[in-house]
Amino acid sequence: MRDRLQNWLPRIVLAPSFFLILFFVYGFIVYTGYLSTTNSRMLPSNEFIGLSNYVKLFGLSHWETALTNLAIFGILYIGISSVLGLALAILLDQKIRAEGIIRPIYLYPMALSFIVTGTAWKWFLDPGIGLEHTLHQWGWESFHFDWIKNRHFAIYTVVIAAVWQSSGFVMAMFLAGLRGVDNEIIRAAQIDGASGWRIYRRIIIPMMRPVFLSAFVVLAHLAIKAYDLVIALTGGGPGRATELPATFMYSYTFTRNQMGVGASSAIIMLIMIFSIIVPYLYSELRSEGRR
Amino acid sequence: MSIPSQDNAIQGSRLIRALIYTVLIVFVIYYLLPLYVMLVNSFKPLEEIRGGDMLSLPDQWTIAPWLSAWSTAQIGVEPTGLRPYFWNSIMMVVPAVAISTVLGALNGYVLTKWQFRGHGIVFGMLLLACFIPFQIVLIPMARVLGFLGIAGTTGGLVLVHMVYGLGFTTLFFRNYYAAFPTELVRAAQIDGAGFFTIFWRILVPSSAPIAVVTIIWQFTNIWNDFLFGSSFADFDSVPMTVALNNLVSSSTGVKEYNVHFAGAVLAALPTLVVYIVSGRYFVRGLMAGAVKG
Amino acid sequence: MASLTIENLHKSYGSVEVLKGIDIEIEDGGFLVLVGPSGCGKSTLLNTIAGLEDITSGDIRIGDRSVAGLHPSKRDIAMVFQSYALYPNMSVAQNISFGMEIRGIDKASREKAIRDVADMLQIGQLLDRKPSQLSGGQRQRVAMGRALVRDPMVFLFDEPLSNLDAKLRVDMRTEIKRLHQRMGTTIVYVTHDQIEALTLATKIAVLKDGILQQFGTPAEIYNDPSNMFVADFMGSPSMNLIEATVAKNGSDHAIELESADGSSLSLPVNGLASLADYAGRKIVFGIRPEALTDPEGADRNETRVVEQSCLIEVVEPAGSDTFAVTRLGGKEAIARLRADAKIEPNQQARLAFNMAKAVFFDPESTNRIH
Repeated sequence: MRDRLQNWLPRIVLAPSFFLILFFVYGFIVYTGYLSTTNSRMLPSNEFIGLSNYVKLFGLSHWETALTNLAIFGILYIGISSVLGLALAILLDQKIRAEGIIRPIYLYPMALSFIVTGTAWKWFLDPGIGLEHTLHQWGWESFHFDWIKNRHFAIYTVVIAAVWQSSGFVMAMFLAGLRGVDNEIIRAAQIDGASGWRIYRRIIIPMMRPVFLSAFVVLAHLAIKAYDLVIALTGGGPGRATELPATFMYSYTFTRNQMGVGASSAIIMLIMIFSIIVPYLYSELRSEGRR
Repeated sequence: MSIPSQDNAIQGSRLIRALIYTVLIVFVIYYLLPLYVMLVNSFKPLEEIRGGDMLSLPDQWTIAPWLSAWSTAQIGVEPTGLRPYFWNSIMMVVPAVAISTVLGALNGYVLTKWQFRGHGIVFGMLLLACFIPFQIVLIPMARVLGFLGIAGTTGGLVLVHMVYGLGFTTLFFRNYYAAFPTELVRAAQIDGAGFFTIFWRILVPSSAPIAVVTIIWQFTNIWNDFLFGSSFADFDSVPMTVALNNLVSSSTGVKEYNVHFAGAVLAALPTLVVYIVSGRYFVRGLMAGAVKG
Repeated sequence: MASLTIENLHKSYGSVEVLKGIDIEIEDGGFLVLVGPSGCGKSTLLNTIAGLEDITSGDIRIGDRSVAGLHPSKRDIAMVFQSYALYPNMSVAQNISFGMEIRGIDKASREKAIRDVADMLQIGQLLDRKPSQLSGGQRQRVAMGRALVRDPMVFLFDEPLSNLDAKLRVDMRTEIKRLHQRMGTTIVYVTHDQIEALTLATKIAVLKDGILQQFGTPAEIYNDPSNMFVADFMGSPSMNLIEATVAKNGSDHAIELESADGSSLSLPVNGLASLADYAGRKIVFGIRPEALTDPEGADRNETRVVEQSCLIEVVEPAGSDTFAVTRLGGKEAIARLRADAKIEPNQQARLAFNMAKAVFFDPESTNRIH
């Protein structure tokens, strides 16, 4: 009797988490998927309307803006963070004496809430009070920087703030990767006559491929989820100029009472994230199993 | 995080080294500038901010913005300052972190040391749950919280954060326990110890490092959350981040930038303190969150 | 103390069968060594005896009691693990007494038991230390102490010496043997090291691919291997296995093999009637290096020693012996000569084949021809 209980204990212990996740994650995904095929507005409705919400969604210029913004934001955010992160990691890897001070300074923004980051940068970029104002005070009267108020450039200010927040983290990932390279390989390359940048370009950076992949996955995931930063920095504006899928979903569902459309946009977001994450996790777990 | 340095350093002239240091210092300024600006301007009277430049130290130091942000600033309709929201956040974060960490530890223990048929699928489900866009659960969650009668309460937010933190806490502990020698568990079995005795006497005493990583990770994420807070909180459960956003974006009256900055620093303070005190573990958590066990 | 009986034991993981009907019986006080290459199932077999893994079918008895299905703690066994598995957060004394604590034995008895075991293993001065503060050999002793304190019916050892350096390994081997002689407890011991198996065991079970290849005393295993796998696996350097052809030799038989220079070399075989079935066919001729030596070093009391001339390819002096490599039946063969034997590479030398020690195998089935 006691032995039998012991046999079942592991499953019993795991069961609450399993059912919580089954219900609150997978059940909810199914329910949201279901809602996206109904004509739910302010409240959920049971009237099935097929894929009409998706057709409607992709007809909305508003959604098109959100997707375009996501593409601009995603590419620049991932690209700049990776390049900057790698560059800083390589520079920090040159036996820098103050590394112990510099590294935590590069990384601390990751500990902040996007709301705090957004608040800081919103003000910093505000032409009336921030950088532009200050430079005018210093006598550079012609300096002009009002992207945050400009509907064509506002999305780039989101990139600036997001890069500020995450690039230090990418740097830390690359630095750990660089330090993990087998010293003997570097010695061998030195004996072969390679030196300096060539060792980085031909040997070390190609070995960083898994780090690039991890960084890409983390950043892509953050980009698709980005919500707080836009709310705090621009509120989606000016106008709708910095709308992203995440803010689109929220406003359609909760303030415009178009729950069906909101649900379908959430499903699209899920598909985007999973199409990146699932292959990644699959290959990670498989290589782990092989080890 | 101290990583032993090695030989990849580029040999170069003094000029190159000076250049490297210059670039590194420029970026130190880049990363520190927003924080510096927030700090110095939070000690200035409002007129000085409007008139002067943002980088200079205050001519006239004042802590009035801090007092106002903490206890009297108008947030929403009430002139309460951020204080009640700070406590709301604490009341939300502490139980959510505690429960999700304990469950994560038990899950990791079962998934590595008591594997049963299908354990891989359970782990896969938990792992994938880490990465869902939370927008996908907003609508059903609002309904379920209403159905359970905990909509708009701190209890409701604790449930939400606990559930969506489970994936990460399980991942952390599972990767840590996977490297924990199974022979120890077997030895304890032969010694007659049962499921919980082994967990409590053998694994838990060795779990301090991963517990710290997990707690910091969860604390930072839950404290910094905005989406769930703004979706599911009412007045007596609104967390700090949402209150800060309300403070900053309230459209009534003059914009008291100095108060906004003080508030932003207050909202950032707990996670910043955690980062400064235990940055090493914070980084480890970030790395583990990138799935690299 | 008790005997151990394993009967028709099967163990499968899903559709993969890792133990395919094992039958072993070891008497009370015996020292059973399970040996085989990695993946042969020896550790799995040990774990099923310990109860750490379930069995699919068959039975395991300790004394007269079937223990199949019993929890490990109720089988009256103790186990020493390869990594020693000392609880890192507990002191040496706590490690040793943890099992007693779980069983609710009072503190005074526990302390007495700890002292007794510590005296026996000379680890009294280590009792307050943590495992991380111990050397490899000390950890090994503590792990044995934790097993000894249980005073079990059967001790189980899972490759306990494989993490030690070469010298310590030899010392601990002697120590384990001494301990066994003094306590007289039944021991089951897993190793992949055939020398450990030969030196420690009263009975050896050689496993491969989940099948028991041979079960017997060390002398039986060494001198009378039942198939080519056992012959090759046990002994170092391993037995020369040479392809040869059976020929008639008067009323008896001879085998003919190709020597290094391509010529044919004939060796008489006496009194093995079953070779008649192989007349004119290929067989495998097995001879241990020590039965292939220089004429002066050969066994003078043995009449069935045959001298032949062979081309020596490599000479390897090894201190106590000198090994010479020649080519027989198209394969390298190793001869073990006296240390001061006069022998040079790339020259012909006389080698003595002790045919009394020769064994023969069927090349198809790889089984011994008796």
